[in-house]
Amino acid sequence: MAAESARKFEALEAQAATLLEIFRRGGYEQVAPSIIQPADILLDQIGEAIRGRTYVFTDLSGEELCLRPDLTVPVSRLYLERHPRADAPARYCYNGPAFRFQPKSASGTHPREFRQAGIECFGVADRDGADAEVVLLVADAVRSAGLKQFRFRFGDIALFYALLDALSLPERWRLKLRHYFWRPPAFHALLSRLAKGEAPNSGGPVAALAATLADKDQARAEELVANYLESNGLPLSGNRTLGEIAERLLDHGADLRSEPLPREVATVIDYYLAVEASPRETIDRIAMIAKGAGIDLGPALYMLSRRFDLLQARGIDVGAASFATEFGRDLEYYSGLVFQIETAGDKTSPIAGGGRYDGLLRSVGAPGEVPAVGSAIHTERLLAAIEGES
Amino acid sequence: MAATLTIAVPSKGRLKDNADALFERAGLALRKTGHERGYSGVMQGLDGVEVAFLSAAEIVHQLESGRVHMGVTGEDLVHETLPDVETSVEFLAPLGFGRADVVVAVPDCWIDVARMADLEDVAAQFARAHGRRLRVATKYLNLTRRFFAKAGVAGYRIVESVGATEGTPAAGTSELIVDITTTGTTLKANHLKVLEDGLVLKSQAHLFAARNAGWTDGALTLRNAILDRLSKAV
Repeated sequence: MAAESARKFEALEAQAATLLEIFRRGGYEQVAPSIIQPADILLDQIGEAIRGRTYVFTDLSGEELCLRPDLTVPVSRLYLERHPRADAPARYCYNGPAFRFQPKSASGTHPREFRQAGIECFGVADRDGADAEVVLLVADAVRSAGLKQFRFRFGDIALFYALLDALSLPERWRLKLRHYFWRPPAFHALLSRLAKGEAPNSGGPVAALAATLADKDQARAEELVANYLESNGLPLSGNRTLGEIAERLLDHGADLRSEPLPREVATVIDYYLAVEASPRETIDRIAMIAKGAGIDLGPALYMLSRRFDLLQARGIDVGAASFATEFGRDLEYYSGLVFQIETAGDKTSPIAGGGRYDGLLRSVGAPGEVPAVGSAIHTERLLAAIEGES
Repeated sequence: MAATLTIAVPSKGRLKDNADALFERAGLALRKTGHERGYSGVMQGLDGVEVAFLSAAEIVHQLESGRVHMGVTGEDLVHETLPDVETSVEFLAPLGFGRADVVVAVPDCWIDVARMADLEDVAAQFARAHGRRLRVATKYLNLTRRFFAKAGVAGYRIVESVGATEGTPAAGTSELIVDITTTGTTLKANHLKVLEDGLVLKSQAHLFAARNAGWTDGALTLRNAILDRLSKAV
């Protein structure tokens, strides 16, 4: 796909001009972050799954660099360069190449070099408002480019967190389930292990140590762990602290003593993660699951419902959209609303995707959490879809 | 006379010494032709065979492209380097030397970590405490990715390391390693322990055939002769 024809080049350029015009009119300033990015910051955020597909190299000075695999992290870094304290709202739009390795068997809709056009909205405290703004602007952009038939798929990571918060669980299990949410097979293994009450490895001297820690506080636990390390000739080294090791042994000790996860709680989580329907129906079904479990998801569901009202009122066909509670489980930096634009039910090659990622800016250097939401359009796919329609 | 079959063997180190000894025992002593520091040779007792002396890593590439018919190299390198092992090489025979295990090892002070499943929990805790992923130092990028994915561990990133990998956790440039070990002594000396289910690959030197090489009848005959004599000498 790199060797594009002159005609296609012109068509992509014209399309990009249309998209950027819509974005700028929507109040988004055009920016052009560097194509070459420092590898460590990007790879710490996106993880090994995408790193395996990122073009990473070392330059003559020995610095590890990469060709950006997407534009969200580079634009976030650009925002922080301009606003190091992340204390001002900013809206940016862009159009430019991104790079990902594709196996030889990959189809034409997955080129290794592709152009993304998108928007990122930082520091806007009205999260619902900003979410709706981004969804509407991207819909407007693909429509203006000429796409007629498309539909949205939505998900919401925050709703899953709200469910976990409402369920009665030990905090250490809640943290684990939150983390494992991003790794579906491990998540289901963990859930069934907790439900069956299988004690995690109760034999051996370390388990015995863990058992003696169960009713101790963190400081006393650290002391006991330090003694254990010393008397077994295990010097503390590396970057994990004594506190971290003691904390996990305390959890381990608590797991040895605790009751298993009630069967109903595991079932509620399973039911919740199986919901996929139109947004309205999804909200009804989740409300029923919550009612059956005797938990209150009212505020979270109300916000969700309000968001869809807002989108419907502004011209999005919410009835034709779908909402999947599982959707969004593959990009770890999302923290709230996630969405993609699909044509003809093709889930694997979306025209555009996006979502809320409030935690990302802190991890690339902001002093605290910064509200952030954005979306990127896969411009080659958009062009192909428009040409397919005519 | 142009060679009918080309076989690549390691040009240095213990793999070379072991391979030389094995071919010698099999009655197929390898002899360099031309310059003493040259890279090609012949096999005594078998006409039509050209021997290419190459690095173990280079042998894998030559096998993949089919520029050599056969080769002696380590399983670990083959599994690490070739994206699709089965379509490019054939495992003809294990050779009984160059034995080593590729393993996942963590600092032995991590008494709360015994199995791969613990790593994901530690990754989550580490991200909360330090704001980044666990770093795994290794030269086996692909083996590590595949093994960790199968174990459901995702909260890590690889830092490439081509030497003294076992020293990186103590130096603070990684949290854990995936590396090769024979006796475990080096790991112990560096205060590292292998996870209970952390065996990535049991490796030894193998005789490989390249599926993409030009296999004439003559080449096939020579291949059978070499395999036959080597198998008896292993």
